[in-house]
Amino acid sequence: MSLTLTLGGARAQCRASGALWLEAARALIVADLHLEKGSAFAARGQMLPPFDTSETLTRLEAETADLDPAILVLLGDTLHDAAAENRMSPMTADRLTRLTQGRRLIWVLGNHDAEGPARLPGEVAAELELDGLTLVHEPTPEARPGEVAGHLHPCAKVRGRGASVRRRCFVTDGERIVLPAFGALAGGLNIRDAAFAGLFRRAPLAGILNDGAVHPVAFAALAAD
Amino acid sequence: MYGATPRRSGELTGSPGDPAALPAPLPEPFARWFAARGWTPRPHQLAVLDEARAGRHALLIAPTGGGKTLAGFLPSLVELAARPPRRPGDPGAPGLHTLYISPLKALAVDVERNLLTPVGEMGLAVSVESRTGDTGLARRERQRRIPPDILLTTPEQLALFLAWEGARRYFEDLRRVVVDEVHALWPSKRGDLLALGLARLKTFAPDMRLIGLSATVAEPQLICDWLSPDPEAPVSLVRGAGGAAPQVELLLSEGRVPWVGHTAHHAMAEVYEAIRGARSALVFVNTRFQAEFAFQELWRLNEDNLPIALHHGSLSAEQRRKVEAAMSRGELRAVVCTSTLDLGIDWGDVDLVIQVATPKGASRMVQRIGRANHRLDEPSRALFVPANRFEMLECQAAREAIAQNALDREAPRTGALDVLAQHLMGLVCGEPAAADDLYEEVRTAGPYRELSRTAFDETLDLAATGGYALRAYDRFARIVRRPDGLLMARNRETVLRHRLNIGAIVSPAMLAVRVVSRRGGQVRPRIGPHSRGGRKIGEVEEGYLDVLELGDAFVFAGQVWRLEGVTGTEVLVSPAPGEEAKMPSWGGSKFALSTFLAAKVRALMSDASGWSALPADVAEWLGLQRERSAIPAPEEMLVETFPHGRRFFLVAYPFEGRLAHTTLCMLLTRRLERLRMGPVGFVCNDYALAVWTVRDMAGLDMGALFEEDMLGDDLEAWLAESPLMKSAFKACALISGLIERRFAAGEKTQRQVNISTDLVYEVLRRHQSDHLLLRCARADAAQGMIDVARLADLLSRIRGLIRHEALMRLSPFSVSVIAEIGRQASPGQSAAGLILEEAQTSSDTPHWTESLIAAAIASPVELAPA
Repeated sequence: MSLTLTLGGARAQCRASGALWLEAARALIVADLHLEKGSAFAARGQMLPPFDTSETLTRLEAETADLDPAILVLLGDTLHDAAAENRMSPMTADRLTRLTQGRRLIWVLGNHDAEGPARLPGEVAAELELDGLTLVHEPTPEARPGEVAGHLHPCAKVRGRGASVRRRCFVTDGERIVLPAFGALAGGLNIRDAAFAGLFRRAPLAGILNDGAVHPVAFAALAAD
Repeated sequence: MYGATPRRSGELTGSPGDPAALPAPLPEPFARWFAARGWTPRPHQLAVLDEARAGRHALLIAPTGGGKTLAGFLPSLVELAARPPRRPGDPGAPGLHTLYISPLKALAVDVERNLLTPVGEMGLAVSVESRTGDTGLARRERQRRIPPDILLTTPEQLALFLAWEGARRYFEDLRRVVVDEVHALWPSKRGDLLALGLARLKTFAPDMRLIGLSATVAEPQLICDWLSPDPEAPVSLVRGAGGAAPQVELLLSEGRVPWVGHTAHHAMAEVYEAIRGARSALVFVNTRFQAEFAFQELWRLNEDNLPIALHHGSLSAEQRRKVEAAMSRGELRAVVCTSTLDLGIDWGDVDLVIQVATPKGASRMVQRIGRANHRLDEPSRALFVPANRFEMLECQAAREAIAQNALDREAPRTGALDVLAQHLMGLVCGEPAAADDLYEEVRTAGPYRELSRTAFDETLDLAATGGYALRAYDRFARIVRRPDGLLMARNRETVLRHRLNIGAIVSPAMLAVRVVSRRGGQVRPRIGPHSRGGRKIGEVEEGYLDVLELGDAFVFAGQVWRLEGVTGTEVLVSPAPGEEAKMPSWGGSKFALSTFLAAKVRALMSDASGWSALPADVAEWLGLQRERSAIPAPEEMLVETFPHGRRFFLVAYPFEGRLAHTTLCMLLTRRLERLRMGPVGFVCNDYALAVWTVRDMAGLDMGALFEEDMLGDDLEAWLAESPLMKSAFKACALISGLIERRFAAGEKTQRQVNISTDLVYEVLRRHQSDHLLLRCARADAAQGMIDVARLADLLSRIRGLIRHEALMRLSPFSVSVIAEIGRQASPGQSAAGLILEEAQTSSDTPHWTESLIAAAIASPVELAPA
C-alpha cells in the first residue's frame, strides 16, 4: 500500500519501504542508507549487529525487482562514513554492483559520504534535476518547491488508545518532500522538531510507514516526542 | 527484656536492661559502653558476634528496630578495637577491613553518621567513611590512596572498584562484608551484580566473611544460598526475636465501599481521622497518581492544617530529601508515599501505617507495617483501606496472612547473563585474567552456581565482540588475548568507556517537568533539544502523560497544572489552581497480586460458611454474585459470558494478577480471531479479565478455549512484536555493554540511544533470533513483564475445572473489570496500525466504550448503594 501524490507537477509514489518512485522518469529514490553503520560502531567499541548493511540491501533489491527502475538514485549518506568501503565485505560490494546492471546508478553526495564511493560503481552528483524536481541530500532551509531531499531522517509520533506509535515517515506539503531514512539502523528525528521548521510554507502531511502501509496523517494530529 | 529506649531516627540500639546480666562474650570497651547506655546486648547481636568469631558467614533476619545494624558491625568493631592502631598513609598498614553495602545511598550516609557515635564514645581508633555517587572527587581519590577501616557504599560503587587496576591490593586485607537490606537486593539484577562482586572479593581476600542483614522473609535459606560466595562455607542463620504481633485493622466504611475503582475516595475522611489520631503516619498507596490524588483529598479535608507531605519517585530528588529530613526531625504528621519509602532510614516516631488500596503481597505489607513503631515490645499498628469490594476480600486475606505470619514464597534466583557480561568486562579492565579462572570464580556466586561453561563462553564472547554468529567483529574485540593467554581489555579507552557504563539499574528515559509562565494566554513555544523551561518540579517517564491532551489539567507534586507542551526532554506545565484535574495514569499497582494472597482470596470467597465473618458489605456482594451468577469452588475458575451493549462479553476470574491476565488476553484474542468470533478489545485487573467480541461466545467449548497449548507459537509470535520485549531488550543491551548509555560529555543523547535499541532489536531478531541478548530479554519479559510461568500454572490448574455461566447480563463481579474499559490502553498486536488508521481517518472516533460503561451503570445491577 503506497501513497501517490503530485509533487511540483510530477507524480510521485511514496512506497511503504520508504523509497520514492517517480513513474514518468522510472526513477527510484532512496535516502540515507548508512551502509556499514553497524561496523562503524563496532570499530569504536559498540558491537551493533553486523546485519544492517545486508538487510538494507535486501530491501533495496526487493524494490528494484518490483519496479525495475531505469534510474536508481542514492540520495546521500549512502555510506555511514568515509572508511565504510574498507570495512565492507566483498559480497556487499558485489550486491551493490549488481544493482547497477541495466540501469543508471547515481550517488548524490551527503555529509557522511561527501567524497563519494572510492571503488563502488555509479555516477556521482552533488545535486540532480529529474522530471522537473531537484534531488539533493540536505533540504534547503527556506521553502524550495520541487525539492526532494533526505538527511533529516523524519519520524512521526501519533497518540491514541492510551499509547503512542513512532515510525519513519515521508513529510511533504505537496511542493517538496523529505524522505525517511532507508537504512536498517538509521534512527529518526520527530518532524515536530525545530529542524523541520521553515521547510514548509503550510502545515505538511506525514506519510507514516507501518507494516507495509503508508498512512497519511495531518501535521496537527502528530505529537512531539 | 527486649524493650528499647525511646530514640531518634536510625540510631544504633541495644536494649535497656541490667548490666550485671551482661553475657560474657562482649569485650571491653563494648560491655562498658552498653552498660553506660543502660543497654543489654540482644541475643542475636551476640549470636552474630559468635558466628563471626567462629569464622562463619551469617545471615541475620530481624524486624526493623531490633538493633540489626549494630549487630552487623559489632564483629568488625570488636576486631578493630583489638588491633594495634595503624598510622594512616603507612604503606605497610593494613588496608580496608570492612565493606558495608546498602541498596540506598542515603542509608550508607546515615549509617556512617550513626556508626561514628559508638566509635567516638568508646574512643576507638577506627575510621569510617561512606562513598556513593555523590561523594566528591577529592574524597574518593583519598579513599583510594588511604582506605578507611570501614567503607560504606553501594553495589554500583563496588563494581566500579572492581574494574580498577588497584582493586586486588585494595581489598586483599578485607575481613568482612556487611550487606544491608539484602532481602530487597538479592532477587534482582543489582543483586546478581553484587553476588558476582562478592565472589571477586572472596578471590582477593579468601578469609573475608559475610554478614547479611534482612527483614523477615518466608524462606531465608534462599538468601543464604545467594549470599555465600563459597559453597564449602555455609551461611549460618541467626534470627532476631520477633516483636509483638502487629495490629492490623480493616477500614469498613460500611455501605460505602464501591464496587469499582482504585482511589478509595469514599474513605478519605476516615483516613484523615486516623492521621489525626496518630503521632505520625505513613500513608502507602500503589501508584504515583494515587499518591497525588490522596494528597489532594487529605489537604481538602485538612482543617487542622496538619503537616502532611507527599513522597514519590517522580518528585525531584531535592523535594524528596526535604520531606525525608522533615520526617527525621519528627515535624510531619503524615507522608503520603509509594514504594519509594519501602526501604530507608528508620523513623522512630511513626506509629501508624495506612495502606490505601491493597498491598498485593503479604511480605511487602509486613515490611511496610514494620516501618511503624520500631519498639519490639509495642505492636506496630496498621490500617487497611480497601478501594473496592474485591480489595476488601484481598485486605482480609492479607490480614489473616499477617496474623499467621505467613509470607509470600519466592523462587531461587538464576543470575542474568547480561549482568555477567558487564561483570566480566569489568574484571578484565581491572587486571588480566585466564578464562578458566574467571569461570571458576563466577560459579562461586550464588545465582551463577549452575552456569554452564557454554553459557559462560557465550557471555564472554558477547562482552568481547557482541556475540554474533557472523564473527564479523573479531578484529574490533573489546577483550583481547595476550601472548601469555590471559584476557585483558583492548585499551585504555575501552576501560574508561566501560567504567562510565557500570550498573544494573536501567531507568527509562525521563522527561523533566518544568513550569512555564503563560503570558496573555500564550505560551512561548520552546521547541528543540536545548529548550529550557523554568523551575523543575519533578520528572516522569516518556509516555507517562500520553493519555493527556495539550491544555488538560492534572495533579502533580501536590498542585494542579495545565499541560502546555512536550519537547524532546521536557514536559512544560503552567499552574492551573482550581481546575478540574484528570488522572494521567489510572490502574493499579505495578506489583502483581502475589500467588499466595490470590489463593487466600479464592479460599475466602468460595467458603460461604465463613462469609458471616467478613465485612457485611462483602458478604452482601458475594451473596448477590451467587444469586445472579455463581461463586466458584476454590479450585475452579469462573467464566461468564453475556451480551452487553452491541457486543458479547467473556469475563474470567483467574485471580493471577494483571500481568498474567494481560498475557492471557493477548493469547485468547488470537484464538478468538481464529474461531471467527471477531474480538474487539480486552481489559483486565488483578482479579479478572474481560474480552469482548462481535459474535456470541456462549456456545464455545471453554476447556478448548483455555487449552494450555496457547503458550506455544502464539506466545512467541506475540511477544516478539510487543513493546515489552523491546524494553526488556533495551535493558539487556545497556547492561551487557552492547550499547552504551553514558558517554563522555555531549556525544549522544538518551533519546538517540532509545531509538537505536529498538532498531537493533528488529535487525537482530530477523538475522540471529537465538542471539544471547534476545534470550536474556525473552527470559526477563517472561518473568517480570508477562508472568508466563504463572499463566502456565493457571492453565494447568484449571484444566477440567472451568465453571461457565452463560448469563443474560453482566454480573456483580464483572462490573469491577468492565468499568476499567476506556481507562486502559489496549495494546493489541495490530494496535500500531489501528492508532495510525484512527489518526488518519478522523480525530473524533466514536468512544463507544464510554457508552458501554453508561449501560453497565444503568443495568439492573447497582454499582453502589445510593
